[in-house]
Amino acid sequence: MEQDLLMTNLKTTILSNQEVAPGYFRMRILAPGFVTSARPGQFLMLRVLDGMEPLLRRPFGIFRTGWLPADCQGLPPKEYVEILYKVVGSGTTLMKDLHQGDGVEILGPLGKGFELLDAPEQILVGGGIGLVPLFMLAAQLVKRGRVRLLMGGRCRDDILAVTEFERLGVETYVSTDDGSLGEAGLVTEVLVRQLERLPQAAVYACGPTAMLRAVHGICAARDVPLQVSLEAYMACGVGACLGCVVAGAEHTEQNPQYLCTCKEGPVFRAGQLLWHKLEEPRDVCGCNEEEP
Amino acid sequence: MNRAQQTRAAGPSLAVEIAGLHLKNPVMPASGTFGYGEEYAPFFNLDELGAIITKGLSLRPKAGNPTPRIAETTSGMLNAIGLQNVGIDAFMRDKMPFLRQFHTPVIVNFFGNTLDEYGEMARRLADLPEVAAAELNISCPNVKAGGIVFGTDPGAAAEVVALVRRHLRQPLIVKLTPNVTDITVMARAVEEAGADAISCINTLTGMAVDIRTRRPRLANLTGGLSGPAIRPLAVRMVYQVVRTVKVPVIGVGGIMRAEDALEFLIAGARAVQVGTANFVDPGAMPAIIAGLEKYCREQGVTDINQVIGSLKTEG
Repeated sequence: MEQDLLMTNLKTTILSNQEVAPGYFRMRILAPGFVTSARPGQFLMLRVLDGMEPLLRRPFGIFRTGWLPADCQGLPPKEYVEILYKVVGSGTTLMKDLHQGDGVEILGPLGKGFELLDAPEQILVGGGIGLVPLFMLAAQLVKRGRVRLLMGGRCRDDILAVTEFERLGVETYVSTDDGSLGEAGLVTEVLVRQLERLPQAAVYACGPTAMLRAVHGICAARDVPLQVSLEAYMACGVGACLGCVVAGAEHTEQNPQYLCTCKEGPVFRAGQLLWHKLEEPRDVCGCNEEEP
Repeated sequence: MNRAQQTRAAGPSLAVEIAGLHLKNPVMPASGTFGYGEEYAPFFNLDELGAIITKGLSLRPKAGNPTPRIAETTSGMLNAIGLQNVGIDAFMRDKMPFLRQFHTPVIVNFFGNTLDEYGEMARRLADLPEVAAAELNISCPNVKAGGIVFGTDPGAAAEVVALVRRHLRQPLIVKLTPNVTDITVMARAVEEAGADAISCINTLTGMAVDIRTRRPRLANLTGGLSGPAIRPLAVRMVYQVVRTVKVPVIGVGGIMRAEDALEFLIAGARAVQVGTANFVDPGAMPAIIAGLEKYCREQGVTDINQVIGSLKTEG
């Protein structure tokens, strides 16, 4: 039968791959179709080599998409996608040594992204590499009103791309555990203060599970709508392996309700999740990679 | 046009037959790596496949194991999903309508927690004309009840196979576990009990440890190892089973590309299942089918059945 195939595994090339902070890299990849298809909060699965090591693809949140201008030979503009990643395990260690022109395979855009809410105030909360899926969201939300980004990390090296958010017109509030950049303290403390002034806000968050859990507690106590983007280990990214499931709010042992992070997420409304069952991935790197 | 020209124009035939089931080619997904089909429909036309095999189904929905459920290992992966599935009723209501639009045969993989549940599932499947065949899972290493309990003891395996065979109308494929001392004992037992075909192998029980936290990398402690790491073992076991039984054998285990599939076919497998490769590349199966056709052309083979069991062990 004839059917519309919505997606292909894109065999493509790297346009640039640079270290933007110690241990953090930004990779720009040629990605036809991504500018029109990628929505805020979606991700892609990336494969470095057509080999067996590492065997599985790595999921990465889409940071942004864009157009390369037409070049001097009159070739048409080209679409690209950008990811930000932290070097953690075997896959990201391979990735950091790649250069312009090297080949990669990408599958995407995948998953369900953010739902844009019509709230008078929009607050984004990012923890470390967790800010990745918030950038395209911010670019959409600034068209609707005032957007604030609360960005937290352990130290200044974990604070990425803040000036790019500012260029969009986002107000940014930085906090670090050690006080090496911005305010000393937790990003959740900043959130509490903001919500005292802005009780009508909608909140969108991505970061370590402990941070998300705290953000959920703060928002739930104030009846503030919250969407969170989760990270999980996954093999396929398309809802087949069932490796990345999280327990849904209705989940019981008798009536299991498991949601695929890759397919039903990675963005969830806070009320969809069974928070006390939510586990911390073994490390947070912008993908699900483990340390070797 | 003479016959040779016709064959050239039409290309080599990849069609095979498994227990009366006509497959346009010998490539199908391994249960549990292809969801219920629809997950991969955005990537290629499912009619390209020889058959579709569903995620393992049970009478009632099953929650599966806690996470982490998967861990990458050298040239492979461990999984302990725990047979999470929507149950046969939800499958027929929500998943089967989608699969009906395709012409390729749908094979339902199923399991039970008890002997009675296996029998009840067989009765239910017998009444479903859309189900072309059933694959009996007596080999899942990741659940306490059912699964491997029936798959490691020849007496228990024969009992469940005979029961299911009595109720089922469609061809019965029995999937064997490699976690036994001698797989040919199990193969003989299920053939004698009425299996129409055998698929082997399921995953090998394995374990991986996080040396930093000193904890197992899977919440279930152990899991099933799949991927290219297990392929030589799978080829050996398929070869042994082919020599033991008369029923057709479907080879499974670490097939990533056409060359891997050909090893199984030459060793005597009538068809192959592709598992972990689907996770790595959603286009893996169409690429394998194209690779089989290319191999046949290059080897001057007009019919894939000439390749099956063509292993040369003498001279």
